[in-house]
This record gives sequence, structure tokens and C-alpha cells, in this order.
Amino acid sequence: MTTSAENKAFEEGSAGVVTPQQVTLFHPPHELKLEGGSTLGPITIQYETYGTLNAKKDNAILICHALSGDAHAAGRHSADDPDAGWWDVAIGPGKAFDTSQYFVICPNFLGGCKGTTGSLSINPRTGRPYGTSFPMITIRDMVVCQKALIDHLGIPKLLSVSGGSMGGMQALEWAVSFPDAVESVIPIASTHRLSAQGIAFNEVGRQAIFADPNWNTGDYYGGPPPDAGLALARMIGHITYLSEKAMHRKFGRALRHRDRYAYNFETEFQVESYLHHQGKKFIQRFDANTYLYITKAMDYFDLAAGFSSLRVSLKRAKAKFLLIAFSSDWLFPPPEMKEIANALRSNGSDVTFLTIQSDYGHDAFLLETEEITKVIRPFLKFLRLTHERPPHARSHPEAGTGANAGGAVL
Amino acid sequence: MNTLSPDAPGLAAALQRTDFRTVLEIVEPGSRVLDLGCGNGSLLQLLRNRKQTVGYGVELSPNLITECIEKGLSVFHGNLDEGLRDFEDQSFDYVILNQTLPVVHRPAYVIEEMMRVGRKGIVSFPNFGYWRIRLRLLLTGRMPVDEVIPHEWYDTPNIHHLTVKDFGLFCKRFRVALLDAWYFRSLEGDAARQAMIRPNWSAAFGLFVITRGQ
Repeated sequence: MTTSAENKAFEEGSAGVVTPQQVTLFHPPHELKLEGGSTLGPITIQYETYGTLNAKKDNAILICHALSGDAHAAGRHSADDPDAGWWDVAIGPGKAFDTSQYFVICPNFLGGCKGTTGSLSINPRTGRPYGTSFPMITIRDMVVCQKALIDHLGIPKLLSVSGGSMGGMQALEWAVSFPDAVESVIPIASTHRLSAQGIAFNEVGRQAIFADPNWNTGDYYGGPPPDAGLALARMIGHITYLSEKAMHRKFGRALRHRDRYAYNFETEFQVESYLHHQGKKFIQRFDANTYLYITKAMDYFDLAAGFSSLRVSLKRAKAKFLLIAFSSDWLFPPPEMKEIANALRSNGSDVTFLTIQSDYGHDAFLLETEEITKVIRPFLKFLRLTHERPPHARSHPEAGTGANAGGAVL
Repeated sequence: MNTLSPDAPGLAAALQRTDFRTVLEIVEPGSRVLDLGCGNGSLLQLLRNRKQTVGYGVELSPNLITECIEKGLSVFHGNLDEGLRDFEDQSFDYVILNQTLPVVHRPAYVIEEMMRVGRKGIVSFPNFGYWRIRLRLLLTGRMPVDEVIPHEWYDTPNIHHLTVKDFGLFCKRFRVALLDAWYFRSLEGDAARQAMIRPNWSAAFGLFVITRGQ
């Protein structure tokens, strides 16, 4: 996929030129049984990989993207591609997810609109886009699809699953749904269930799309899409991704073109202009129905659902956890991550929890690269070193003889 | 728990520590251990490797947390002075406060919390009543700076100095039962002993096993 000559064309640390790949699974009659009760198949999964899978197939890391992400997590699609992948700062040689050591996989999740089957895809039965006839999907459904991809790639156990925000939800779901297929999970700026406030913001975003006449009850294919509604949903979302402090520092009350108020409804404040820009950018790359489905999947996510408590639910997990929260994140606040950490500790699971001081709000997971790299690299390195030890030395090299070990050295 | 441990180059150095070896002597194999102010995780690593403990640390410094992560340890980012409210009653066999007591803002509260969360507590601290410290203060008239308390007064994390005798009185007053006491003269390379004549005068450090008193 990547030649060294192409790699040299890039700055140090780039994953290089990558080619998106696709695989189609769940062919009838082996359709995917969805959590919501219906079945879906065939399902095409778009994914990218970076680095090389080793002979033991034990260096694979799955990266799960958030709401509006895609499979293009790192590198570039061509030598002159101006845009790198969405988490290029964290994936590449020498980076947090070091592609000179690990084989990194990033799929577009089920229900996405970036190559994986979703509401925008053509329904093979009708020859038209699924639209709102697409079944409701959940985080668990996404993870089951990802597991099928990992099986297809012949990887028995992932070294780690990581992701920020909704990507972190998928990482957590992996830990409880496939405990034997994942050695560690690194959820970042995430939660074990979306709060009422989170559901509320998602619902306002959906209502913005519903209210756009172009939405046409979900059938806008061939006509003008509900751009105004989707842009408004994105603007609302963007406010929740920033902190009050970060927003004020970035824009203050600065005006766009003039030094006096115009006393009319034109776009005057810089923050207004910024939000409009975010909305416009988003409608060029995202699909309104997909936004509806994905936000619902987030709303439904509740790790404790069907269990007496979060703690009991997490008893299924066997992985080593590294949980990272950010101090100013009010959408996925640190106390929610801490609840996960506390439940895991009560179970005696291996868990490290830290809150990184940051003013960036929820967006910090994409911006505080240096801080997350500082903890992710040693976390993964420890796991890698345990693999390098020959099997017979897999207990403690220094392990003493139990009760007398301390006495012997004292 | 992940019980694997890759190369542990710091282990030999950790074994030089008198306090670490004493804790290693006390803790039974397989115990659930919570180390408050676990620093770079050396003690937890030692306990994991030698006593197969299920260990957790609490640490405030992000850089030290990184060092714990390198060792593959479980650490929680937190401030001891906010208490252990996330920790359930009697959920650990041992809660350790090693060389951290003089640093906390609310020692009585922290020890109370230790006894709530752990069946037993292990507390160790430099003894301000050690004869060398007394003598230094007496003869020079200045705050002692030596291997026992290696900080200038203006640059010390310690905000509550105490003596072995003070700790004994504290335990009586706050209904803390002293199960065991160990004394040593140096943090490195010394042998801790359980009997020492006039420890408040002779011991540079004290290490105590405590539990809630009746």
C-alpha cells in the first residue's frame, strides 16, 4: 500500500499514502441480527490500515471514530492530498499509535456515510437508497460489524481498541462484548451512557433536520438535501464540543468586518461566522439521514442496560483499561469516566484513570495530542513488552516464592 | 489483573529501600493493596512482582502517573486531601501511606479514610524526634536538612512534621489501633526492626500497621 519512496514525500511521522479498502460481509442468509430486532445484510465495511501486521498477529490496534468521522484516520490518499486523516496527529511512526510498531485499523462504522453500509447506501432490494427505511442501529451493532472485520483480517486478539467521544463508547462496548478478543481499551473523553443533556442536544440537532422542508420525511435523494437543517445541527454540536473559555478566548466579542455594531441581522460576530463556516463545511461532507441514525445510536448507548449496575455489566470485561478525560469537557464530563473507572476498580480490573487539564472542552481529545501521547505510548509499550517475553517466562521474572519472598530479601 | 511484568530495571533499586522491604514483609501474597501517593509506582511494582498483589495507586502528578503506566500499573489521578470518596468501605486489605503523611493537608481525615477503605493501613514517615534532627536544631538553630528530611524549609512538600511519639498520641486520640511498629535509621539499605529502645529518640523513620480501634 505504501512505498518508502512515497513515504519520503511526507513529513516525519506520517503514515504515508493510504488506500481505503472495502470488504462485504453478512451476505444473506448470514445477515447481521441487529440489537433492535431486524436483520441487515450484506454489509460493506470501508476501512484503512496503517503499519504492518506482525507474524504473531498480536500488534493490531482498532481505532473507532466519532460521530462525523470516517475510515480515513491517518496519512493521505495521494502524494498531493492536502488533507491528512482525522487523527493524523496521533497515528503514524513515532506517534501515540506508533505505526512502526503497531498495525492500526480504522473502519467507518456501520450506519456511516463514508463507504460503510448506511442509510445513504443502495438497498439491494429496491435499488434506491435505504433512507429512513434503514434499520435503527446501535453502538453494539457497530462493534459486532467491527469484530467481523477483525475476524476477516485473521486477527484473533486486538492489542488495543481506542477512540474518543463516541469512538470511546465503541471501545467500551468491545471490552464487554468481546472480552477475549481485546487485550486493552483506551476510551478517551467518553462515557458509559449518554447523559440526558447529551440526548437533549442530539434531539435538537435531529429536530433541526426534521424541520427542514427539504428533508421530505427522509426521502431527499434526487432532490435538494436538507442542508439548512444539517448545518444547524452541526452548529449546535460544535457549541457542545468547545468550552465557554475556549470559545471566548478564540473569538471574544470580536466583530467580523467593522468596529461598530451594524444593528441588523447580518453575520456580525466572529463566533457567528465560525459556526456558519462549520455548518457549511459539514454539509459538503456529511449526510442528514446518517446524522439522525448515528445520534440515535449514541442516545441508545448504555453499558449498564440489561444489568443490575454498571459494575455488574463491566464484570464481563477482561481488558486492561486506560481511561482519559479532560477537565473542561462538559459534554462527556470527567465524573462519568470516573464512574467507569470506579466500577472497574471495584471489580478488581486493571484500570488507570486520568483527567488531563485542558481548556479545549470535548474537542480536547483531538487537540491535546502531546498529553495523550505521553500516556498512550507507555501504556501500549508495556503490553508490547509482555508479548516479547518468551511464554515460559510469562509470569514475573522477579516473582518470589509467595509468602516468603519478602522475608527472603528483608 | 495483568500480572505480567516486562523488565523491571528499577526493581533492584526499589529493593534497597528499607521502607519498601518492610511493606513487602508485612503484606500477605495476593492482597488487595491501595497505595496513596504512589509516586512512580516502585512500591506497587515490587508488591505486584513479589507478592502478586492486586494493586492500585493514587497520584496527583501527571508525570509520575506516566511512570506508573510505563510499569503497567493501575493508577488513579486524584488528590488525597479530597478523601477517598470513590472507594468503597473495606474494599482493600491494605491502604498504604508511605512517606506521604507529612505532605497531606488533612492528615487526620486521610488516616480516617484509610481505615474506612482498608482492613489495615500502613503509615510511614520521617521521625522529627530522631536524635540527629533534635541535635541539629539544638546546635545550629536551623531547620534540619539531612538525609532524613532532605528539604529546605522554603522548598519542602512536607507541611506536617511529626514524631513517633506524636503518632502514638494521635492514634490514642483518634481511636486508631496500632497493630505493629517498625523502626529504621535510613531509608536505604538499613534493616527495619520491630524492637528499638526509645524509638522516638533512636529511629529516623517509623512504619506502623494500623486499623480502626474499638
